[in-house]
Amino acid sequence: MKLLYFAWLRTKIGLAEETVEPPAGIADVGGLVEWLKGRGPGYADALANLAVVKVAVNQEYVPFDHPVKPGDEVALFPPVTGG
Amino acid sequence: MAVRVQAEDFDVGAELEALTRGNHAIGGLTSFVGLVRDMHAKGPEAGRSVSAMTLEHYPGMTERQLEAIEAEARARWPLDATLIIHRHGRLEPGDRIVLVACASSHREAAFEACHFLIDWLKTRAPFWKREETPSGERWVEAKDSDNAAASRWSKKE
Repeated sequence: MKLLYFAWLRTKIGLAEETVEPPAGIADVGGLVEWLKGRGPGYADALANLAVVKVAVNQEYVPFDHPVKPGDEVALFPPVTGG
Repeated sequence: MAVRVQAEDFDVGAELEALTRGNHAIGGLTSFVGLVRDMHAKGPEAGRSVSAMTLEHYPGMTERQLEAIEAEARARWPLDATLIIHRHGRLEPGDRIVLVACASSHREAAFEACHFLIDWLKTRAPFWKREETPSGERWVEAKDSDNAAASRWSKKE
């Protein structure tokens, strides 16, 4: 599974992207995020307030109960500020 | 029908000319150009100066999302031509950030579609702004007013 981080999530986590193999049983974005929080203080800090975290799976916006599976591209980022 | 995400600047006159060239059914062409401001005009950051900003985006998803919203605009309004150009990278005050243009046989469709697209860009296109200020760099926070502006387009349905 490919993970991408943007803006201040990237800064806090210290990575722009990584490839991970979450343990069996992680079936949705919410589970994935909880698992990521345990990977280090940067992750815990970046994902402390999920009200300001948006998720895209395979480049489409999804809610936290959206399923994830091996091979997915999952992006985590703050609310957008383009235009 | 075109979407471009690029670091380079664009020539507004040349882009609008190319968009309508040869199509004499077009009676109205609207365009919106977003520029980098040198200061926050209102809100909690009012009066703070901005010396530059860097726009980060999500390559791939950005183009996909822009193409989807352009298709949505064309489904809602009778448009003859549309164009969205959004820049990324480091920009300074006065620099152009974004161009949205819509052409139609009638002005109302052109005005409304342009407004719809720019409201949507503010809230859904995966871009993030990082400002350089006298007190350091910081990420720009999304504004509730932008969400309110975008949500009225869904209430109409």
